[in-house]
Amino acid sequence: MITEIIFAIGFIIFAPFIGALIGGIDRKVTARMQGRVGPPVLQPLYDVFKLFEKEKAVVRNEVNFYIFSYLIFVVFTGALFFSGSDILLVIFALTLAHVFLILGAYAAVSPYSHIGAERELLQLMAVEPMLILAATGFYMATGSFAVKDIALWPEPIFMTIPLIFVGIVYVLTIKLRKSPFDLATSHHAHQELVKGLTTEFAGPTLGMVEIAHLYETVFFLGIVWLFFASMPWVGLLVVIIVYFIEILVDNTTTRVRWQVMLRSAWLVALVAGAVNLGVLALM
Amino acid sequence: MSYITKSPWIIHYDGSSCNGCDIEVLACLTPLYDLERFGIVNTGNPKHADVFLITGGINEQSRAVVKNTYEQMPDPKVVVAIGICAATGGVFRECYNIMGGVDKVIPVDVYVPGCAARPESIIDGVVSALGILEEKRAKMAEKGGKKQ
Amino acid sequence: MELLVFLILFPALAALLFCILPNSRLRDTIVVVVSAIIIVATLYLFVVFAGAGTVYFDINSGMISQIMTGLEVIISAGLLYLAAKYRQYLIAGLVVVQLGVVLYAESLIHETAALNNLFIDPFSIIMAMIIGIIGSLICIYSVGYMRDYHAHHDDMPDKRRWFFALLFVFLAAMYGVVFSNNLFWLFFFWEVTTLCSFLLIGYSWDEQARKNAFWALLLNLTGGLGFAATFVWIGLTDPSGSLIMMDTLIAAGPAVAMIPAALIGFAGLTKAAQMPFSSWLVGAMVAPTPVSALLHSSTMVKAGVYVIVRFAPIYDASMVGYIISLVGGVTFLLASGIAISQSNAKKVLAYSTIANLGLVVACAGIGTYAAVWAAILLIIFHAVAKSLLFLSVGTVEHKIGSRDIEDMTGLVGRLPTLGLMMIIGIAGMFLAPFGMLISKWAALLAFIDAQYGFILILLLAFGSAVTVFFWTKWLGKLVAVAWKPEPMEVKISSHEYTALVPLTVLMVAVCIGFPLLSSELVVPYVFSIYGMAATLGQANTIIMVMMVFMVLVMPLSLFHFRKDRKILPHYVGGRPSTPDMHFKGSIGVQRPVALGNYYLADYFGEQRLSHIGNGLCIAFIALMLIMLLMGVII
Repeated sequence: MITEIIFAIGFIIFAPFIGALIGGIDRKVTARMQGRVGPPVLQPLYDVFKLFEKEKAVVRNEVNFYIFSYLIFVVFTGALFFSGSDILLVIFALTLAHVFLILGAYAAVSPYSHIGAERELLQLMAVEPMLILAATGFYMATGSFAVKDIALWPEPIFMTIPLIFVGIVYVLTIKLRKSPFDLATSHHAHQELVKGLTTEFAGPTLGMVEIAHLYETVFFLGIVWLFFASMPWVGLLVVIIVYFIEILVDNTTTRVRWQVMLRSAWLVALVAGAVNLGVLALM
Repeated sequence: MSYITKSPWIIHYDGSSCNGCDIEVLACLTPLYDLERFGIVNTGNPKHADVFLITGGINEQSRAVVKNTYEQMPDPKVVVAIGICAATGGVFRECYNIMGGVDKVIPVDVYVPGCAARPESIIDGVVSALGILEEKRAKMAEKGGKKQ
Repeated sequence: MELLVFLILFPALAALLFCILPNSRLRDTIVVVVSAIIIVATLYLFVVFAGAGTVYFDINSGMISQIMTGLEVIISAGLLYLAAKYRQYLIAGLVVVQLGVVLYAESLIHETAALNNLFIDPFSIIMAMIIGIIGSLICIYSVGYMRDYHAHHDDMPDKRRWFFALLFVFLAAMYGVVFSNNLFWLFFFWEVTTLCSFLLIGYSWDEQARKNAFWALLLNLTGGLGFAATFVWIGLTDPSGSLIMMDTLIAAGPAVAMIPAALIGFAGLTKAAQMPFSSWLVGAMVAPTPVSALLHSSTMVKAGVYVIVRFAPIYDASMVGYIISLVGGVTFLLASGIAISQSNAKKVLAYSTIANLGLVVACAGIGTYAAVWAAILLIIFHAVAKSLLFLSVGTVEHKIGSRDIEDMTGLVGRLPTLGLMMIIGIAGMFLAPFGMLISKWAALLAFIDAQYGFILILLLAFGSAVTVFFWTKWLGKLVAVAWKPEPMEVKISSHEYTALVPLTVLMVAVCIGFPLLSSELVVPYVFSIYGMAATLGQANTIIMVMMVFMVLVMPLSLFHFRKDRKILPHYVGGRPSTPDMHFKGSIGVQRPVALGNYYLADYFGEQRLSHIGNGLCIAFIALMLIMLLMGVII
């Protein structure tokens, strides 16, 4: 119990810094891919600190409540995950968090954030099946939903559910808000519909969204790592490779329409789920 | 310590310029000049922006938009008028529809002359704007502290 | 035993009274009093029987069965008359065939062994509580609603006395369904619910209502035929009539009971509005809203899933059960999908009901202990949340004059109390840590361990993603308050509040108290049948309850965020905009901003998805019937 709490607190304290570091390296690598120097590695942290230096300006006071709830539940989701709780519960908490984000965008009542909210909903709908199927895959591989048991499983789970891993990497692009799936809102230099659902968030409100994004990055990379948990260093290597691929994809593709995103994400989930889980179930 | 100078996000608006200065502004973001080195990101949205770059003079149509965009930016914020048209109206000054420079509508902090303004001078202008931005931030923080 | 008989007879007798009473304050008061008595009696039932396990009551059936047969003949005659009058020959044919089959079956069976005609067990208690508490609250609500309804539709003949009579007959019949152990009795009450729903759907009796009412009748009679066929099978295999008792039949195990279980499952599918029979429940929304609430939450469709869940032990690990599960799973996915493309609030609710019942059916078809546990939890949460949603939509419709979700923009600003109630209801339908989600979770756990369960998991995974979409966009509409709206003149009748407030409280209470609900009622039932029971782990329960409290505490942050903020106008591409969402368009014209939701009709269109669903489910059901026939022949 104590270990779990330590892990949860560790996540809450260190995740934003790790997330910022990852984000900084991401921007650096992106810049190098484009033949630029790029910003300092700690740039994401500067951005967040700056946003909290800005004036507290809002469209409606209620928006802040939704965004704050989003942040809290993202942190909660990550803390649950890293303390080894039930992975389904983690997924549901994540959905709850995103519903709050979307409600914040709706509550801002602006054309841009409204479109962003609708698109974020589409993204949520595109990703959700893959996440649930991944949780099922973990269960079928290890016989437990608890992240703790999955992490302590002696063999690499990747070997049992390779297709599920591919599916997760695919939807990771959507969740990390990277091109070609950055429909709802995007990170650093990309712009879509004046940044979609964050359009009406200024200053500290946007800061909360950014912090939540840092937590989310760490959380999602944690899921990727979980496929190789029995070999922690290999897992870390895979996480690095996967993230590098995400950056590469981010820089070499253009944004697609939602139809393509929804269809392809569902198709990947369907094939990965049906084939991989089917084989596991029939074996 | 202040972070606003380390992460100034800009918004760029074309009042009624000939597009010469606009091209130069965007050139600043290219690999050659790479403004992102300084943490500068080009946002499309005044609510996310700290620095307002305007090119071209102000006409009747763009006046309301410039004013609205400026008002939507949360404090602290600075305005950089780029090119001679943004400063005074430039060659269009005498046109029936041109009101003059940007300072006819909103307060301008830095004027970057040129026709078109060169990327080096634009970067220089933005960097001097950051000093003003920092001053404004300090003033705002002081005011906020007093209130409490 | 007296209590059970009281619960069946009292609403029926009250209904007789309402046939006589004219529209008056007295009648309204009596409706409230009768409903209150039913609620109290149901609670008393809970207190008396909660820990008692399964109790059988020995009632001499001879006389009562004859009365029931007599009533069935009368009802059939009435239906025949209506069918002939409106030239619904198919229905007339079905009525005649059904009556013939039932009378033939009765002649085969000498009910010598029929003794324990009534019974009660924890599952019956749960159903009785749903019927008694939620059903009665809906009755109270209808007092205020129907007054408004007739004020809005003054061209319509005021048949309110029949309306209230029918509501209470409905409740009586539902009690009968859940307390009957004798399948003949169950079937009688079953047909009474069909009749009541037919008359209530057709309440306004205009062309549309009549058409939908007859359609509902047709589909439910088809299901009833399946039920009636069961009796013939029982009569032919066991003339002594011992199998006519549900407990004996279920205890006889799959070897004996598979055919009746499949036939009754078929009847359940029609009543629970599963594809391809779902269209009757969608059509039923022409009825006044309390009727929809009643049909969707506490009666009618719940009778359908009730019998399927009852027979779940027979389905366990059988092909028939798996096919029923597939029908439920496909219905869950596709009905949820159709809900995306609908903007009519009642239609969204209707499709979400069909979808959730699909999930219950899918669980029951799997038939393992974990699945049955999940199914019962789903029934409970769905009943509470759906009744709350229907009633709040009904009231909102009367206040804003529309049931379109697009017209509910910013409802929390205009009608704060109702808006909040609606939000609680919607959150209860799909969000962690609230009710339905717990059940979906339980369903997932149940599917994983079932054979070929991965197909159901695929259906569930995609279905729940779709569910998130349509509920969240509805929520989004409710919270999109453009500017400090002037609160509408809120004059909601006290009757409507009397129902809405307890339902909201109940919703929150079942969310917080679900561990208790599970351990006190659901687990004992599942345990009594399977000898083991599923639960959520203690740690998970604690986390869930923690989340509930977080969600409840979070709004307090508003006090902080209300302080000292600069309000900026909306960003409309730099054009000057006003707080009430107008912007200065070209040549200086003020234009309003209108925001609409995505409905994705090309992907989730009603036509398209219901064709697919109906086709698939007809194929599944045909497969099941062919298998049965082959089983009979071989």
